[in-house]
Amino acid sequence: MNRFYVVLGVLAGVLGIAVFALLRTGGTAPAAAAGPPPTVADDGFRGYSLGQATAPVEITEYLDFECPVCASFATIQMPTIKEQLINSGRVRWRYRDFPLPVHKYSRFAAHAAQCAGAQGKFFEMHDQLFNHHQWAQTGKDPSDLFRSFALSSGVDLNAYDACMVAGRYAQRIEFSRQEGDQRLVDGTPTFFANGKKLDFRRLPGSDDFKAIADSIIAHSPRH
Amino acid sequence: MRHRQAIALLALVGLFVALYLWLHALGFGGAIKCGASGACETVQTSQWAVFLGLPVACYGVVGYLAVLVVALASLREAALPQRHWNVMLVGLASVGFLFTIYLTYLELFVIHAICRWCIGSGVIITAIWIVSLLSLRSPAIHTDRAVSQPPRDRPA
Repeated sequence: MNRFYVVLGVLAGVLGIAVFALLRTGGTAPAAAAGPPPTVADDGFRGYSLGQATAPVEITEYLDFECPVCASFATIQMPTIKEQLINSGRVRWRYRDFPLPVHKYSRFAAHAAQCAGAQGKFFEMHDQLFNHHQWAQTGKDPSDLFRSFALSSGVDLNAYDACMVAGRYAQRIEFSRQEGDQRLVDGTPTFFANGKKLDFRRLPGSDDFKAIADSIIAHSPRH
Repeated sequence: MRHRQAIALLALVGLFVALYLWLHALGFGGAIKCGASGACETVQTSQWAVFLGLPVACYGVVGYLAVLVVALASLREAALPQRHWNVMLVGLASVGFLFTIYLTYLELFVIHAICRWCIGSGVIITAIWIVSLLSLRSPAIHTDRAVSQPPRDRPA
């Protein structure tokens, strides 16, 4: 009988250590992807863009994936903008990263989107991150959730994991952030229309961008 | 007695499996250790990962803990000859086994993803259920009171 309790106690100890080790090494947000890189380099990348290359208007959006206003804009305004301005060939939309330091996982989310983008799934991952934005309110490590987003986006998880652990696009994201600093981006989302910063006193809607596109097209030399 | 000991050991393993999944559901640690298939993420982040407002793994922790406590209680000297402990263990194991069948059905036919940890827990609860059924057929244990009890007469 006593031998049984010894076995039970040893087993409990071993299992307790195993669970502790699993939780500790269970893949918390990889530092290489979650934190700023020690150096920054320009790899020539200037953001993923939606729309035709010949569109007369290019809107550049500096965004932070953890920012609730960016999520609201992406889920409420963007569908109309896509339908009315991008799909009609009038506007091209370019996404640039501007992870704010107040947000713990925004750089990590930006990196997840870039790793999905390496497999041609940036926009799918972008939509997943904004459509299920509850992760940004919980404060929990979202690595597991982001993997499920990646899976739903059609991303190969082996390549995704390798990309995230290596922090492959950390320098690219930091380059984008520094570029935003130089362009006086002071919050997210911040928009530029054909290189000119747009100042809104409130979160712009699809009508604002329609008016801006109409104005630029009307004043362009071809018209 | 061997059956009850086996059930206690299995319940202890199951308890730690469920504990890991529960702590993970509460946000401790990072990505679940489950290979690169992503099946565990799919299962854990599905709407069926929460049952009556609590993570499914929480029910696993409570269930395995209950089986462990009952199994240990049944291993007390006084409880060894009592057959109703075996019935209690069969009852608890049957509830866990039926719940596991329901969860496995969801994984196979609704979520279309199989989580290795869930398979592990399923194997454990199935083993507990089988051993508990076997314990019903085992003969009752009689302790030797002359040996186990202290002498009544003290030396003068």
